[in-house]
Amino acid sequence: MGIIMSEVIVITSGKGGVGKTTTTANVGTGLAQLNKKVVLIDTDIGLRNLDVVLGLENRIVYNLVDVVEGTCRYKQALIKDKKYPNLFLLPSAQTRDKSSVTPEQMKKLVDELREEFDYILLDCPAGIEQGFQNAIAAADRAIVVTTPEVSAIRDADRIIGLLEANNIKKYNLVVNRIRMDMVKRGDMMNIEDVVEILSIDLIGVVPDDENIVISTNHGEPLVGSDTLSGKAYVNICKRIMGEEVEYLDLSNDGFFKKIAKFFKKNN
Amino acid sequence: MKITDLFFKKKSSGDVAKDRLKLLLVSDRANCSPEIMEMIKNDIIQVISKYMEIDAEGLDIQITQTESDGNNGTVPALFANIPIKDLGHKSNN
Repeated sequence: MGIIMSEVIVITSGKGGVGKTTTTANVGTGLAQLNKKVVLIDTDIGLRNLDVVLGLENRIVYNLVDVVEGTCRYKQALIKDKKYPNLFLLPSAQTRDKSSVTPEQMKKLVDELREEFDYILLDCPAGIEQGFQNAIAAADRAIVVTTPEVSAIRDADRIIGLLEANNIKKYNLVVNRIRMDMVKRGDMMNIEDVVEILSIDLIGVVPDDENIVISTNHGEPLVGSDTLSGKAYVNICKRIMGEEVEYLDLSNDGFFKKIAKFFKKNN
Repeated sequence: MKITDLFFKKKSSGDVAKDRLKLLLVSDRANCSPEIMEMIKNDIIQVISKYMEIDAEGLDIQITQTESDGNNGTVPALFANIPIKDLGHKSNN
């Protein structure tokens, strides 16, 4: 049997609440829309979240800890998405603690999944403790999510340092929740500032969009929908797959086009 | 808003954030704990005090950035502000 060229991507940020889980759900769903076979693993043991964002919370039987402990086979624990038959979730355990899984166990599980999936996305917990170590141990590449705020950027910088120390050489930045009105007033750092400070390649910019809250309320990721953030997520998926995609104009005055050109020159 | 703000353009909060972050990340990346900084500070006080009287209370050290003479742009720099109380030669024991 030939092994599919699969890629294991960890979605991480350091700081909590910047949008890791939302990014994982939307990027995973987006890759499935592009006909890839995708599995999302919630590695935040004790604080299960990805299942509700995907609207799959009522279907959980087994979880990540059951699989690594051998209580069940991974196929029994995988939950098929409601809409996309090529999208699966491996939920985290709600009643266990972070030390229930080791980096070695995580690597072993991911290597098994590589045989079946094109993309394996690991939703990383906040912080830099055991859960983070587990998630990055198994990853080929990383997506660092940040918002244009000092605290989130500081943590992102620390995360980038740890990714390098752990030999993850391919990592990209998603700047989440940008508000172009505030950027225009000078009250929010712009994309160029954030990229310059972190010196890391950009892979996506997602605007602050109330549709995200609405989509999470319903448990249906909005990637692919006719909203700015929906389009931004589709573009991230295409870039992950190696396609060159222009950055969206989030402000209608050509500002983002200039930035897109700026990054093309630098890539 | 103060009336002076109308005449002097205030730095935008986005720029303030950027400048603060730049400094912060330099010291974060240098991985210098406050304890080590305190030890460096005390050693500096000891050495300089051999030659002149300095204001140990007012001494301030921090890691910042500076333009390098070479071609690699900005590099981290240890910046020390050491107020001198008396320049007069301290008796050499």
